[in-house]
Amino acid sequence: MKKVAIVGYAQHPILENAGALNEVELIMPVVHQLFDELGISQNNIDFTCSGSCDYLQGAAFAFVEGLSAIQTNPPIKESHVEMDAAWAMYESMLKIQMGDADTALIYGFGKSSPGRLDSIISLQMDPYYISPLWPDRVSLAAIQARVLLEKNIVTPEQMITAVIDARTNSKNNKNALVTELVDKEAYLASEKISTPLNEFDCPPISDGSSAMIIASEEKAYEFTDHPIFIEGIDHRIESSNIGSRDLSKPTGILASIEQLKLEKTKFDVAELHTQFSHEVPYLQSVLNLSDVPTNLSGGPLVGNVMMCAGLDAIGKTYESLKSNDFTNGLAHASSGPCLQHNMLVHLEKKS
Amino acid sequence: MSDQKDLLRAPFELAYNYKRSSGPLMSKFFNALAEQKILGTKSSTGKVYAPAAEFDPETHESLSDLVEVGPGGVIESFSWIEEPKHHHLIKNPFAFALIKLDGADTSMLHMVTECDEADLKIGSRVTANWSATIENRITDIKFFTLEK
Repeated sequence: MKKVAIVGYAQHPILENAGALNEVELIMPVVHQLFDELGISQNNIDFTCSGSCDYLQGAAFAFVEGLSAIQTNPPIKESHVEMDAAWAMYESMLKIQMGDADTALIYGFGKSSPGRLDSIISLQMDPYYISPLWPDRVSLAAIQARVLLEKNIVTPEQMITAVIDARTNSKNNKNALVTELVDKEAYLASEKISTPLNEFDCPPISDGSSAMIIASEEKAYEFTDHPIFIEGIDHRIESSNIGSRDLSKPTGILASIEQLKLEKTKFDVAELHTQFSHEVPYLQSVLNLSDVPTNLSGGPLVGNVMMCAGLDAIGKTYESLKSNDFTNGLAHASSGPCLQHNMLVHLEKKS
Repeated sequence: MSDQKDLLRAPFELAYNYKRSSGPLMSKFFNALAEQKILGTKSSTGKVYAPAAEFDPETHESLSDLVEVGPGGVIESFSWIEEPKHHHLIKNPFAFALIKLDGADTSMLHMVTECDEADLKIGSRVTANWSATIENRITDIKFFTLEK
């Protein structure tokens, strides 16, 4: 395996409603912030890959418009995933592995405020057995939460702690959307959305974008003296037939842990793409993170840009390693209902 | 400056304006709904997937052995919605539930209503209620209710 490193990451302030700012105007500032920091331009990028969801814009091939944010003349090598941009990073890494590129620009964007996210996400599921029932994302998450609570894998107290911690940690992320602190009383009094989940157990509707640049080892040192290496990366998907999954057994994540030999690594920090409060203690337990500072950025509960929040988990882990005396970081990205599809990324700072 | 009436206009309809084929296996499932029957598929390991799955996610074999399941079943998990939103099909309080139909080893996502939240538990027995008009869609099962 070729060594690949992250050399830069930028995040747009997460907005409740970006208003007239369109997707292009959300992407441009983060891409140019990265270029300016590294003193490069699109000409230094061999491969560009984005992650977004056309359903949010409500038009086929809407993602193509995003390319207006970057310079595409002379022609560039470019791709897109209809997924979280964490998977755009995965594709970019493969491109570097294949020897087709030494540098890659990744960006993700999502503007959820103009539509009705709950119903839009329903449309992305199995069109035969599931979509016609219009299950919203919160209700599906709540079904998994109930399984985990019933089996005592997660406790209501852990869910409250996850919400309180996320709000407290939001001070570490200048781009966080939700920064208001909550206490147990406010949590218990909050509106039930789909039991057992209440308003505070769910992520906020968010608009924003993020960008990242990765490079082969040799190139990485041309950009920075302190690249953060992608030591391991693996992603697994479980059945789209939600009723055939054991929602208390993360078979895909367990396979990734084994593949990446994670049990051998002592992590200093972790950022998880946990969109709902019960997912925090659940994944902390699955990933053996009880002693590891987790979601110091606040995580998706304080800002959850669709198709970006997974890349943000990787980006925030990168930032943590860069600015602290940390060596190993673990990032997690997720997609699909009830943590159906998961990616684990082991990042390492070389001393 | 041109008048309003001179502007070019085009309609914009946001919809699934295409048709899907249900395929050879799921077509049988949807046709059976017209007879108020729910079908599952049995894999070589004996596991019954319901609603009928085209392939076994564990062994990856394609499935074709159809067996009738339900119409009663057990709630494996659920989420309760006291105040349905605009897109929900049921306008009264209801639950989305995973229901393991009698004779099946996996669960089906559907809705449960005509009860209170406190009446529902993991393990509660429910049974299918049928829509008046059959469209060969999953919504031909209108919802599930607690077994009397």
